[in-house]
Amino acid sequence: MKYLIKNGRVIDPANSADDSLDILISEGKIDKIDKKLDLKADKTIDAKGKIVAPGLVDMHVHLREPGREDKETIATGTAAAIKGGFTTVACMANTEPPIDSPKVAKLLKSIIKKDALAEVLIVGAITENRAGKKLTDFKTMKEEGIIAVSDDGSSVDDEKIMRDALKEARKASLPIIAHCEDSKLSGRGVINQGFIATKMGLRGIPRESEYERVKRDIELAAKTSSGIHIAHISCKESVEIIRKAKQKGIKVTAETAPHYFTLTEDCCITYDTNTKMNPPLRTAEDVAAIKEALRDGTIDAIATDHAPHTDSEKDVEFDFAPFGIIGLETALSLAIMELVDKKVLSWPELILKMSTNPSRILGIDRGTLKEGSAANIVIIDPDEKHIYKKDTIKSKSKNSPFIDWELKGRVQAVLVNGNEIYSD
Amino acid sequence: MKNNSEAKIAWTKKDLLGLEYLSKEEIGLILYTAGSFKEVTTRQIKKVPALRGKTVVNLFYEPSTRTRTSFELAAKRLSADVINIATEASSVTKGETLIDTGKNIEALKIDIIVVRHNCSGAPNILARAVKSSVINAGDGWHEHPTQALLDMFTLKEKIGRIEGLNVSIIGDIAHSRVARSNIWGLTKLGANVTVCAPPLLVPEGIEKMGVRVTSDIDEALRDADAINVLRMQFERDEAMAFPSKIEYFKQYGITKERLAKCKKAKEIVVMHPGPINRGIEISSEIADGSNSVILEQVTNGIAVRMAVLYLVAHARHKASAGVH
Repeated sequence: MKYLIKNGRVIDPANSADDSLDILISEGKIDKIDKKLDLKADKTIDAKGKIVAPGLVDMHVHLREPGREDKETIATGTAAAIKGGFTTVACMANTEPPIDSPKVAKLLKSIIKKDALAEVLIVGAITENRAGKKLTDFKTMKEEGIIAVSDDGSSVDDEKIMRDALKEARKASLPIIAHCEDSKLSGRGVINQGFIATKMGLRGIPRESEYERVKRDIELAAKTSSGIHIAHISCKESVEIIRKAKQKGIKVTAETAPHYFTLTEDCCITYDTNTKMNPPLRTAEDVAAIKEALRDGTIDAIATDHAPHTDSEKDVEFDFAPFGIIGLETALSLAIMELVDKKVLSWPELILKMSTNPSRILGIDRGTLKEGSAANIVIIDPDEKHIYKKDTIKSKSKNSPFIDWELKGRVQAVLVNGNEIYSD
Repeated sequence: MKNNSEAKIAWTKKDLLGLEYLSKEEIGLILYTAGSFKEVTTRQIKKVPALRGKTVVNLFYEPSTRTRTSFELAAKRLSADVINIATEASSVTKGETLIDTGKNIEALKIDIIVVRHNCSGAPNILARAVKSSVINAGDGWHEHPTQALLDMFTLKEKIGRIEGLNVSIIGDIAHSRVARSNIWGLTKLGANVTVCAPPLLVPEGIEKMGVRVTSDIDEALRDADAINVLRMQFERDEAMAFPSKIEYFKQYGITKERLAKCKKAKEIVVMHPGPINRGIEISSEIADGSNSVILEQVTNGIAVRMAVLYLVAHARHKASAGVH
């Protein structure tokens, strides 16, 4: 089927394009991209007043399958992705069982093939059972299609094992994504350590638990001449460590999540468990540092850390609730409101952080509208406002602190490999 | 209430979750109301029909004898029916969740749930889930509003005012709900509050609650009109920030010698939320001495809890669902 997308503001950071262009899509690929294409197509989409960009790429989601289909499945998670404008997502290995062997990767691949509405990439575990003790076999998991390794949800505490992992990942040409947290320091903490934790009477998670581990992992990467990607950065010290490492030429990249540039720990004061995530929401100063890091390029990517949990898991005492919130359906709007509208990023810079850069970090040929590339495209109405209602959430879980927020920006259409995909 | 001239406002809140969420006037109303009920507790017949036909459930997730007994007596003296439920909170057991338990209790057509819980914020979560009134009888390290109210009631009774008083709270501030509620209440009523604890038991940012912070006990005592001595819990599994009970007593224990050095040595009011650890945070001499109001606090606890039960039961609900 041939599509012609006309009159849109086409933003393609990979090719430094930001112009009114038409795109012809044929056989799943971008066939032609130029001014005023007057060609025949099976369907013509008028994108006047809209932004046309490479489909968003979320390099950090938890789709819970296999094992916790009560929280999310490949089907529901990718429906949420499509609704949020994501054509590619990379799912983390903390499933049950974890993705720590070619066998589980193969099983997941078969589920993806059957159920996925968007492209789902698989991240394999760094260590067996994500226990931090023994490395998995990166090479054979790669043969089954994993595109990166991470023990996300846990940090690899043992320095020697992390060093070996960095070397092995480099050998296998797999990006390594580090969840940086010293669990001894975070202890039984549930929110950011500081005044808010003090007044709420909750155990705090000190910022050191994040940035000390960021520092260690970057040092290990430098020592082993490996690349490293730091997941979900939340505090200003981590930002500064990464900034300095980049200046020194260390091959480090980093991501943050929309909640870390939108919310502060102040949101926790009602004990709403949908404000409980790890790393925790920090202070206004940290939010400012995260925004500045996005602006100056210290933080390369925006990833959601989409972490579905059921109502019955979250409707409990704050101490007992699991960490994490869903994010696929709100990420783009929050980025528009907090970053574009507040002049932190331009539109092309936003697309860079949400599509082009994550693709580059993962080493996949996505995040571009170059002729001949896969026709993964998102069409965005940048101004449409809507209320984010619980009953419209596509994700199987509804654990979002943004329910009933007025959001700006809405995904109008999504094409995955040249086919228009609907989340309904 | 006969004379309502002192209390110019009406109570509108469904719940009492903490003193952080109350205005100065609301705290004043509780203390004023408690004054009327204190008179009731001194009568030959200590019962009024104010809550006849109402049911109060004491839902206790933590063992507590004194607070539960105090609430139970308070409810009974108001002629309410009282049910006590003692249970255990856990993140792992497959048992009923807090919200389910709350809704089930509510389905029994009760009016007020008095909840004690080891998790901070549990009463807030419960209050959002049920239409019944929720009274916080102590949650984690968060708040213990009725304890602070009875402390303030006792202070007012002893000294005649709260405004302008120098009150020092001494002990494990980090893990104390009594400290937090006292800080909110006392600062709202205009007292100058000092908290004094070993450095590792001073929680981060506590000064933003409007208190002076010191780890020097003599400094905390010097200008104090009153002190509130907290129970030291050496059995706590949080990394004990203090080497031993004997060492604690040496450095922070309230003794005759120490009190003698303060400016108001003679009239200083010594409070303790109980149960006291003699020879750890306070010497027997002081606990039993003329400055101590520890047993009066216990007596006043009933009047204060009667006031709180009465006010929430008769709240003029104007779209008030607690603090939120």
